Amino acid sequence: MRKLLPHPLVSAALLLLWLVLDQTLAPGPVLIGSIIALIGGWTLAQLDPGRPRLRRPGVALRLAGQVLLDVARSNLAVARAILGRPKDRRAGFIRIPLALRDPRALAVLAAILTATPGSAWVEYDGEEGCLLLHVLDLGEEEEWMRLVKDRYEQPLMEIFA
Amino acid sequence: MIPQAAELPWFAALPVALLLLGGAGLTLIGSIGLLRLRSFYERVHAPTLATSYGMGCILIASMIFFSVLQTRLVIHEVVIGAFIVLTTPVTLMLVARAALHRDRLEKNATVPPSINQPAT
Repeated sequence: MRKLLPHPLVSAALLLLWLVLDQTLAPGPVLIGSIIALIGGWTLAQLDPGRPRLRRPGVALRLAGQVLLDVARSNLAVARAILGRPKDRRAGFIRIPLALRDPRALAVLAAILTATPGSAWVEYDGEEGCLLLHVLDLGEEEEWMRLVKDRYEQPLMEIFA
Repeated sequence: MIPQAAELPWFAALPVALLLLGGAGLTLIGSIGLLRLRSFYERVHAPTLATSYGMGCILIASMIFFSVLQTRLVIHEVVIGAFIVLTTPVTLMLVARAALHRDRLEKNATVPPSINQPAT
């Protein structure tokens, strides 16, 4: 089973993607989708990214909800910043020391921070575990630090334990 | 067959119209931001309005519109959303890092000279 389906979740996602794109459950597309899913899983096994151990699905769900909410909030904040007067805000770089080391968890954190309008991941130093972030409206640096560390880094460390 | 938009009942037309206006509005504000914001690193933030909720509102409007008109579940827009969410950070980081590299070579004082030193 391990050999046939080295990455069951990835294969399932590929099959689902294929069926959603085709918008059908007919046997033909299911067959082609299954072949693509199998080949996709084998290819990923060849690349050998290691198997991530995902834990705490509850924490992951809560994090997803939190991110949806935060992105909505920062959409409004950035819209206001763009339409408002530029003197009212200060843009700049912040350095944030990260304890997170798992490359997959860092990728998720990068996607979250970049998808959120108003903050952009600029640089990461793997040796020191230091992240350089550019934010549109700096405000209190402490607040950004706490946002990234408590809201996102902490749950990610639990999920990718 | 192309479904006629006029056949859409009002209870679906209303949310579709609001979502389309909201999504288009956010995308427009993001484009205005590209014009109004002054530094490169500030401008990087503007298009993310379009790639987050701007895109989301338009995709949900499309899902409601076609699901109601064709009286079946149309959700393949989700795939568009997933691809945009996955690919935007890659482009954004690439562009931002290229800009940072160039600014450091030119010894631009507004960017931190290295990740471990604050900007002067």
